[in-house]
Amino acid sequence: MWDRKDQNRSGPSFNRRDFLKGSGAAVAATAMATSNELAAQDKTKSKIASAEPATITLNVNGKDYDVTVEPRVTLLEVLRNDLNFTGCKEVDDRGTDGADTVLMDGKATLAGSRLAIECVGKKIQTVESLRKGNEVDPVVEGFVKHDAMQCGFCTPGFVMATRAFLNEHPTATLDEIRAGLGGNICRCGTYAGITACALELAQKGGA
Amino acid sequence: MAELSVAWGPREENKLLGTDVPRIEGVEKATGHAKYSADINTKGTAYCKLLTCKQGHARIAKLDVDDAKKIKGVLAIHVLQDVGDELTYDGQIIAAVAAERPDYADDGIRAIKLQLEPLAHFVDEDDLETAKALDAEHTEVVEEETVVKEESAKLGHMVRVKPLADDTNGDVAAAVEKAKAVHKGYYGVHTISHMCLEPHGSHCEWTGDDSLLVHLSTQNVSGTAGQFAEPLGLDAASVEVVCNYIGGGFGSKFAAGEWGLACAELAKEIKRPVRLMLDRPTELKSAGIRPSGFVEVTIAADEEGRITAWDSHHWGSSGLNGGTVSPGVMPYVFTFENLNRRATGLVTNTGPQQAWRAPNHPQACALSQTAIADLADKLKMDSYDVFMKNLEQTKRPEVYAEEMKIAAKLIDWKAKWHPSGEGNGPVKQGLGMALHTWGGAAHAATCLLRVHPDGTVESIAGSQDIGTGTRTAIAIVVAETLGLPLSWVKVTIGSSKYLRSGPSGGSTTIGGVSGPNRRAAIQALGKIFDLVAAKYKTDAAMLTVRSGKILSDGKEICTWKDACGLIGAMPLEVMGEGPKDDGLTDAQVGGVQMADVSVDTETGIVRINKFVAVQDCGLIVDLMTAKSQVYGALIMGIAYALSEERIMDNKTGRYINADLETYKLPRIGDIGELVVEMYQPDSEYQRGVIGLGEPPVIAPGAAISNAVANALGVRVPVLPLTPQRVLEALKGGAA
Repeated sequence: MWDRKDQNRSGPSFNRRDFLKGSGAAVAATAMATSNELAAQDKTKSKIASAEPATITLNVNGKDYDVTVEPRVTLLEVLRNDLNFTGCKEVDDRGTDGADTVLMDGKATLAGSRLAIECVGKKIQTVESLRKGNEVDPVVEGFVKHDAMQCGFCTPGFVMATRAFLNEHPTATLDEIRAGLGGNICRCGTYAGITACALELAQKGGA
Repeated sequence: MAELSVAWGPREENKLLGTDVPRIEGVEKATGHAKYSADINTKGTAYCKLLTCKQGHARIAKLDVDDAKKIKGVLAIHVLQDVGDELTYDGQIIAAVAAERPDYADDGIRAIKLQLEPLAHFVDEDDLETAKALDAEHTEVVEEETVVKEESAKLGHMVRVKPLADDTNGDVAAAVEKAKAVHKGYYGVHTISHMCLEPHGSHCEWTGDDSLLVHLSTQNVSGTAGQFAEPLGLDAASVEVVCNYIGGGFGSKFAAGEWGLACAELAKEIKRPVRLMLDRPTELKSAGIRPSGFVEVTIAADEEGRITAWDSHHWGSSGLNGGTVSPGVMPYVFTFENLNRRATGLVTNTGPQQAWRAPNHPQACALSQTAIADLADKLKMDSYDVFMKNLEQTKRPEVYAEEMKIAAKLIDWKAKWHPSGEGNGPVKQGLGMALHTWGGAAHAATCLLRVHPDGTVESIAGSQDIGTGTRTAIAIVVAETLGLPLSWVKVTIGSSKYLRSGPSGGSTTIGGVSGPNRRAAIQALGKIFDLVAAKYKTDAAMLTVRSGKILSDGKEICTWKDACGLIGAMPLEVMGEGPKDDGLTDAQVGGVQMADVSVDTETGIVRINKFVAVQDCGLIVDLMTAKSQVYGALIMGIAYALSEERIMDNKTGRYINADLETYKLPRIGDIGELVVEMYQPDSEYQRGVIGLGEPPVIAPGAAISNAVANALGVRVPVLPLTPQRVLEALKGGAA
């Protein structure tokens, strides 16, 4: 099996240092803070955003976009409603369905579980980027070839999840595919086609 | 004019028809370029959120939206239920707030002052005895009609029990008396929600004072414009409904809905486009459920295993209208000569039912074919043999027999089967089967076929592709008929301004679009042959078309493009209509499904090892998307057999798992190995096109339940077969 931590697609990439900057900072400061860490903590404090709308720049599919949003606004909402990247779908707001999967700095990420302001400076890739003119990504080609879609509403999220999964696990086995794509839900029942598509690409050594 | 038969051509000559053709809009969907109603973002679009009832039954004591209107970004509030109105289920919509951004709409909802006065509710739809007790306390009979007592009515009590049917045929008691084996059982299927991933809703934009453009998530493009027009005081001709893509409907999206009208009203009020899609909980609670059914059965057979008697009483609920599974489909597929059947509906404070893929059939199958398998155990016979022996009591014994043999081979039934409950170790394996039937006749539809002078062809109709592959099927029929590559045919559907097509329900669309397109294409071909015959001085009756070439007696006369050049400057237009009794379409399909499962007797977890479906559907237009329908149906079947159900809390009257976290749907690793075999001998091809979307979703509940019973030697009576129910059944011992 591959490294389990890759399955955690929703949360921010977590490390001890981030943790110290956050909730544990006060304890850390009294106990063993160095001046560097205190400086880092100050920097974090200054990052606390006002509740008022602010203009931020998001890099989506290689292009910079300025949007003015409140800090509570999710990346999903900005992508869909402000920037019209509607391939990214809103299905549930609990991070359970994967229909809002995008790539952020190459990692599969649920856009509905990220605030837009968190994504400044990141490279965001949406499903729309997988088609350039008549050229499409091999994952898209595979989804079409294996009819891995019906109504198509969950499809973009599944395509992005598959794209990210194969990037990390280009030669995944059937069992790994079944576990690795478990973060997405389809209601029409297209799992057989999706599995066949991912397995074919993995057997070719990735896509 | 050249007289051409519309009949489907010889099967072996088909280039596209019946082959694996990937759907033509596949790239659009897989790259997110397909625009659903939820994706429409025209300039100035405002967004909505909903205030809903959070109780099972209540009256609005206070509703004040004044503060909410003052919230930053809030543009308008539409009140659907006002002070004094009765709210009859959790999730009922009270008000919709339109705002600049969804978050502002949320702020608006929070600022609405609402007070509810609770009323009596009842939501335990499997609890017939409590419902009867409530009626005994709160109702009286006045002039032969059961009515709620005045005092009780004030508290919100309703008549909870509705007798629906009581039919008798033959002499059940005598047949039971004579029988070799008699089985008495209890079975049930809980309510499920449609759970469309794209919720119900629309984007409404007024294109003038009296004209409305609606992007509606609908299975009924041609039939919904009027539903907007009348209540809004518009001419039906002034409303255009558009739906190019729909994110799931499954039978629940035929109407404009109160949310659709609210969206249009809000758009009118603020003079801006408005998008109103239901939130996830409201989608589950209010936008469609499949009714529940619970049954007590007595079933009897002679020593040969031939079923001689059936007696059943089933009950359940579809919500406030107090329906349950239609008695007409009980017992399912089989008709027994001695038969009693009774049905009782319970009135519950739950959201309204909508047609759910093959209405009534999945429940009826799970309520009756489970009893057949248990009877087989009583007879100490293999359930396969009992089903086989009783096929003569179905309408299509020969087809079912063939399909059973194929399915048994694919799942290796004879080698794997064992008497129920046999097997060592904590994980037990079992086999189960079930069979189903469906109509699938063509609906009424018209198409316009346009042949352009450059040789390209367009098919236009007010139909919809609900994910079944309708676009692709239309393109295949036209391209096959005209001998063209698929890419030369453009399919334009999804607007009520196009030619009228029936709604996509009842598996009627494939026949509905195939007939008219075949007829129109044949007619167009005849006209083109006439032009070619005149130009090249040949006999039109001798002409054929093949791979983009017009041939006479096998010799090329000209290319398709040359021929179309003869049309003139304007395109050639032909209308196709249907349905017609000309052999292009038919009705009645069947299928057999067999499941191989493993049940962990320590955890109660059921796993699908292998699930086989053998399905007939007449002439197959696109083998690939046809098989996708069956794969999808198996997975949807695994969902309602093993994990998904609406859970109502009787204390509060609320639907407590209305989200994707606790409303359990299978994921990609939960489905096991699926095997789909389309039953397509020449006899099926000759029947013509028949609908397929619904039938394969019918049998999974019974097939999986029977497999679990075979594994355990104990029946887990109620679907879904959750670990808890499996463990309880094991604790209880006997079925």
